Formats: sequence, C-alpha cells, structure tokens
Amino acid sequence: MAIKFMLNGKEQDVDVNPQMPLLWVLRDTLGMTGTKFGCGMALCGACTVHVDGIASRSCMLPISAVAGKQITTIEGLSPDVTHPVQLAWLELDVPQCGYCQSGQIMSAANLLARNPNPTDADIDELMMGNICRCGTYQDIRRAIHRAAEIKAQGAKA
Amino acid sequence: MSTATVLSRRSFLRTSAAGLVLSVTWPEGLIRAAQPRRAQYGRGRGESEVRPNAYLHIAPDDSITFEIVKGEMGQGTVTSLSMLLAEELDCDWQKIRTQFAPVDPSLYGNQGVYGSSSIRSTWMPLRTVGATARAMLLEAAAQKWGVDKSQLRTENGSIVGPSGKISYGSVAEAAAALPVPSGVPLKNPQQFTLIGKPVKRLDTHDKICGRAQFGIDARPDGLVYAVLARCLVFGGKVASFDATKAKVIAGVKNVLQISTGVAVIADNTWNAIQGRKALEIKWDEGPNAAQTSAKISQLFAERAQQLGLVGKSNGNAQQALSAAPKKIEAVYEVPYLAHSTMEPLNCTAVVHPNVGCEIWASTQMQTGSRAIAAQTTGLPPEKVQVNTMYMGGGFGRRGGVDYVRETVEIAQAVPGTPVKLTWTREDDMQHDTYRPAAYVKFSGAVDSDGWPSVFVANMACPSFGNGTAEDSSFGGGGGDRPDGVAVEGLSTFEYDIPNVLVDWRRANAGIPTSFWRSVGYSQNTFFCEGFIDELAAAGGKDPVELRRRLLANSPRLLAVLNEAAAKANWGKAPAGRYQGVAVCNHIGSYFAAVAEISMEKGKVRVERVVCASDSGPIVNPSIVRQQLESGVVYGLSATLTGAITIDRGRVVQNNFNDYQVLRINDMPQIEVVAVATDNQPGGIGEASVPLVAPAVCNAIFAATGKRVRRLPLTLEGLA
Repeated sequence: MAIKFMLNGKEQDVDVNPQMPLLWVLRDTLGMTGTKFGCGMALCGACTVHVDGIASRSCMLPISAVAGKQITTIEGLSPDVTHPVQLAWLELDVPQCGYCQSGQIMSAANLLARNPNPTDADIDELMMGNICRCGTYQDIRRAIHRAAEIKAQGAKA
Repeated sequence: MSTATVLSRRSFLRTSAAGLVLSVTWPEGLIRAAQPRRAQYGRGRGESEVRPNAYLHIAPDDSITFEIVKGEMGQGTVTSLSMLLAEELDCDWQKIRTQFAPVDPSLYGNQGVYGSSSIRSTWMPLRTVGATARAMLLEAAAQKWGVDKSQLRTENGSIVGPSGKISYGSVAEAAAALPVPSGVPLKNPQQFTLIGKPVKRLDTHDKICGRAQFGIDARPDGLVYAVLARCLVFGGKVASFDATKAKVIAGVKNVLQISTGVAVIADNTWNAIQGRKALEIKWDEGPNAAQTSAKISQLFAERAQQLGLVGKSNGNAQQALSAAPKKIEAVYEVPYLAHSTMEPLNCTAVVHPNVGCEIWASTQMQTGSRAIAAQTTGLPPEKVQVNTMYMGGGFGRRGGVDYVRETVEIAQAVPGTPVKLTWTREDDMQHDTYRPAAYVKFSGAVDSDGWPSVFVANMACPSFGNGTAEDSSFGGGGGDRPDGVAVEGLSTFEYDIPNVLVDWRRANAGIPTSFWRSVGYSQNTFFCEGFIDELAAAGGKDPVELRRRLLANSPRLLAVLNEAAAKANWGKAPAGRYQGVAVCNHIGSYFAAVAEISMEKGKVRVERVVCASDSGPIVNPSIVRQQLESGVVYGLSATLTGAITIDRGRVVQNNFNDYQVLRINDMPQIEVVAVATDNQPGGIGEASVPLVAPAVCNAIFAATGKRVRRLPLTLEGLA
C-alpha cells in the first residue's frame, strides 16, 4: 500500500515495505542521493533529514512512520543553495571529502532554527551526533557562528 | 561562480569537439597535442564517439575544462591541481570547470592517490602543460595579428597586443593546429598569482547541496543492489549455504556465491540486507578461528626476543648498551586500527562478457581498479572503463581494490545488469585491511652529561601486506631487509645519537593489513617520540631542548620544532595545562606538534594542539591548514579510543558505538603554522597524524609522571 508524505514541499507516495527506512527510500527508490548512508544505526548522522522540522536520522526511521509528515532533505533545504548554513559553509569552505556534510548541514540548520545564537557548548551538544572523519569540526563551529550572523542579518533586512 | 561539476562523460564530450586539447605523458614530461581518439569501449555510446585524453581543454566559447587525474578524497586535489594548471595558463579562474580524467596509463601514468603524493607528482608536469598551452595560444594570436609574440601578453584568459585583446577561446582552434613547443619556461615563484593564495575550493558548492557524486551515489540505468555475506573469521570460507529463506524475501532477485562469500541481489539495498539476514551459511572458519588479541600480543613479545632484520644501525649499539652504567628499557604496543571512512566501501559495475566492463568507484587506485576488473573478467584492461567518483574519505583503505573485485565478480553473474555492492558499516569495520598492531622493546642509555648515547628498538609486527600475495616482499622487504613501511619512522628518524639499532621481525597474525593514513609512521612515531622523551627524562633534559640538540644537523626539523614550540609558548603552559612535544619527517615534509592537555578525575582532555609544517612551497594555504587539522583529528581518534580487537579470529567491534571516533565535543583548539619554503614540494595529506599520540602521551607524562606506552588511552583508563 502506498505511503504518502511531503518531500521537499511536494507530495510523494511510495509503495514499499513499510519497515524500509526512509534513507533507502530516498536513495534507492527515489534516487535522491544527497542523504548519505554512514552507519545504519543512527550513530553517525550522515543520513540526517528534517521530519516536521526536526533533525532526524533517516537510516532507522521506517517509512511508515513518516506517513503524512513533512520531510526536508539536503536537496530541499533551500531552492538555490542560499540557506544561511549553506552560505556560511561556502564562505568558509567547510567540507573536505564532503560525505558527512549533508548531515552536518541539516543538523546545523535545525540547531539554528531552535537557537539563533548558539555558543560553542550549544554547538557541541547539538552536533555531537554527526561524525566527520576528515575532522572539519573546527570549521563547522566557525561556520555555525557565521551562519547565525548571516541569518540575523537576513532577518533585519 | 565556478563550481566543480561532475559531468557525465557524454556532456563533456559534447563540449570538447573543438578547441585546444593538450596532454602530457608522465613521467617524462613530454608534451604533445592529443588527437581525440576513438573510444575503445563505452556501453551504449557507439564506437564513433571520441574521447579526449588531455589535461586541459579550451573551447571556442572560452569555457575551460581541466581533467583532474587524481582522485579527490577531501585532500583538495580538484582545487590544487587546477591551481597548478591555471597559474601557468593565466586563465580566468572563474571560468574553470573540472572533470575527473579517464583512466589511461598510456597518457596519465599510474593514476592513484597515496603517500601524500598528488602535488609532488604534478607540481612540474601540470605547470608545464599550462605554460605550454599558453605559449601556443600566444603563437596563434601572433600569427592571426601578424605580430611578433614578444609584443603580446596574457591576462586572465585573454591575449593582449598592440591591436587589442582577444579571448583564449577565439584562438583555441588555431592554437591546436600548431606544433607543440618544448622547453617553455615556467613562472618564477615571485610571479605566482594563484599558487600560495587561499583560493576557494572548487568542490564546496556541490558538497553542500547534495549534488556531489560519490561512488555510492552511482545510479546507472537498470541498477540492482547487492550486499555480501563474508566469513567473520579471517581466512574462512563458505562450506555450504541454503538460500531458500533469503529468496522469499520481497525484492530479492538473486543469491550467488563469489570468492569471498555469498551475495544477495535485490531491488534496493535494504531488501538485500534483509535477504542476507535470512541466508543460512555454514562456514569453514579456517586456521585463524582461535586467534585473539592476547595471543597476538604474546606472539609479538616472543618474536621481539629473536634475531631481527636491521632497519637502521649507527655505531655499535649492543656494545654501548653493555658498557652503559645505567640503561632504561620500555615496551610499547599499539592495536590494529580500522580506517572507517564515512562512505562505507562500495562499487558499481556492469559486465558485458567478451565486450567490456564499466565500473563506478570511489577509489584511491584508479589504475589498480581497472587492472583488477580486467583480471577478474579476463578482459583486456583497455576494455574496462573506470568512472572516478568523489571519495567519502580514503585514508589508505581505498588503496585496496578488494571491493572492486567483489563487485565485478557479482556483476559477471548477471551480465549486462549494473550492480552496486554496498558494504554496511559492520562489513566495513569487520573486513577492513587494518593498520597492523605493533610491538617494540626499547633499550637505551644516556651519557655522563645526560644526552642520549644508545637507542635500540627491537620491533615485532605484521608486515603492511599481511594477507596479500606480495606479503614477503612488502615495503621493499625480503631476504635480510625488513618491510620498509613497517619500520619507517624508527628507521628514518634524524636524531643524532651515536649508537642506534632498529631491527624488525615479521609477526604475521592472520589479520589482513594495509596502508592507514601515515602508514608505518602512525605507529613508529608514537614509539620513537615516546622513548626519546623517556631518554630526555632519564638525562634530566627538557624535551624540546633535547630535540633541539639532537636535531642540530637537521635544519628543517629544527625549524618546525622551534615554530611549534614558540607558537605553543613551550614551557609556559597555563595553570592546570601540561604540554608534550613530538616531531616527524615523512612524505618529503617536516612536522612538529605541541599538545596541551588538562586532567580531570584522572581522564585526559586534549585542549590545544599546535602543529608546524614545512612541506616546501604551499599551493593553497587553506587546504594545507585543513589537512593539518584533519590529521590531528584522525590521530586523536586513534590516540584516545582507536582499537580493533580480535577474538575467535574475528573483529570484536561492529560500528561507531564500539569503535569510537572523535566527535565535535572532544575537539581541541588546533593551531597551524604552515611555513612555505623553497624546497622541493612535499606531501601534506598524512602530515600531522603521527605526531598526535606521542605529543599527547608526552603531555600526560608532564601532568602525571606516568608513561603511556600502550594505546589507546581508554585501555589505560585515561580516556
């Protein structure tokens, strides 16, 4: 039976095993490969998407659990790569290999939505679920502070 | 804005029908105009299509495409190789597009990324290509205008002369028809406008919007998905299997045996994983079924007592040791380590029997991937097309081609159908080719003034090729020579000590091993710099003062040591902070680090790491800084928590819950002092990894008086 949800603002329905995690529906069924497979156990954060605005690990989230919900992936975070987090990431050249960065960006965007001016400690607390083996953590911290500035400037303008 | 685009080869071909195409043949550095040639194999592409074999292509519409011959795993090759070309070509940086080059040893030599060699191997050739192309464009403009070339100059992608300005694109076709000049002079470093500047990375844009195509993202038409059940015991084999239950799982299409296990093919990865869970396999666990980490450690200790192969010898160490009034001894040990790249291993392949094979791979060994696909299928190598994809980390693991071979074996069983083999994280961790565990028994002494007089390291560890056919000759070893990579870092240190002996015994334990970021240095710099610190303490010397004295004849190491010590304010740590130092020369470069730690309830917190480098000329200081920071983080994971342990012949760890890696909340402040020098270019990708463990452990000694001789710190209760 088809499962319906909103994917990046558009209606989507899929007819798959209801136990199949959202990650594999996105990647294999729908061909949206921006969301990455890293661990399959919600340990690394590479598969982070927003479910009704909350950062969630898609690798352990059965597709049946997102029926009727709003899903945002990296492809839908902004229409033209202009989300404040993406702008800050671009300005500071955060990614190295880049594989974890979709998840990092989705987590950071969610952090800023909840806390527009996070401290380093706030960043550590919210971002510790996202592993980066290239070790871009120092740049991620700087970029989140920069994204907060960009967002604040955008709000004023 | 320029963006690195991973175009399909077809779209690249369409833009390359005309214009200037140049290539260089390595290693001779000969330049010749490359004639577009017929594709030798391309599924569904028709035999009439042409494929350029070149490093750069300037089209009549002024677009410039650079062929990137090296893989990109985060180390910045797409950007820094483009900078080398663009610097000498004097083109408009904003108009560059990049494309991973096809795999073709006849044009590009061996294509691979290993040993921090990308800049070292392209520094002259790519600049020569850029300068040669520029000279040809100038010549074409001179002929067009009927003026002497000396009256012309280039400026950001245009040629400027007495009668005006024309773009490169407008003379590209004319230039391509000219003979290729040789001996075109290169810029003096003083003339550089790009090299040495913190130019923005070309791959960032695609990596922040989900567009960058990694190996795991390949989706050729008709793709099916596979996972593979392998024996958890190293060296084990399938005895028999029953696929009845697996085949009834919805979406499972096929179950088949290959050389390393039983593959399940399905309509998506998750269904393939469900199918694998339902397999019933009897394994022949083979000779390693009782292997444990404790037994391996015991094997090393026994071997270390035996006669070794000499890796380094100065003076007469044994005699000096016997004569020394007081000697110090210490045993150091490190465990196996997994690479755990963020992108788990995977490969996609389609095989058309007797016709060709196409693979999509995130690989550090493009040429090796082609070779293994050819060997597996029996096709000639030129019938194998390798599509180089972005790598989600490499760290040496993607220098192996085991996952390519497995994929091609599975694809052969379903001819004409593309198959993607995905390793789950558990597969990746339990079937890695590990950084070897290693053991060293040190003996040493100091003279009457307290300076080191004897340094003896009796090493025992597996070779870095344990489990490969080349094992016995790995790292140039064999006969009376040790595995060169197993002893590097101890055999290569520059300390001026009168009596030195480093010897090594192979102690293979049935656990597959291979290159891991910084290779032998990853273990041996920890050993060496730890014991040097012990000798400093034995002689009552300050660790930096001692190193300065012993490195008096090693100016580049001395310089980075001084840079790091100055930046870290050595000897003047804030209250509650403790410092440790380490130095290392490898990959043609020189490095030093000072770690600053605090202790809380007996646990170590790494607060700050200062790292100084001299890797010769710096192409892109931002990328150098990134790489040095990256190496510190990679080294910290190994220092604090990294351990692969063996029980019943298999790996105990499964995933990031029991193989912990550094997360942002444990990230120290990292400060980098990257000094550009006019030496030959050195490497940077593996740079700082080896320094971390010894600098941190030497800081722990400063804090507690306790020597840490075994990693990781979690084993010692310190993390």
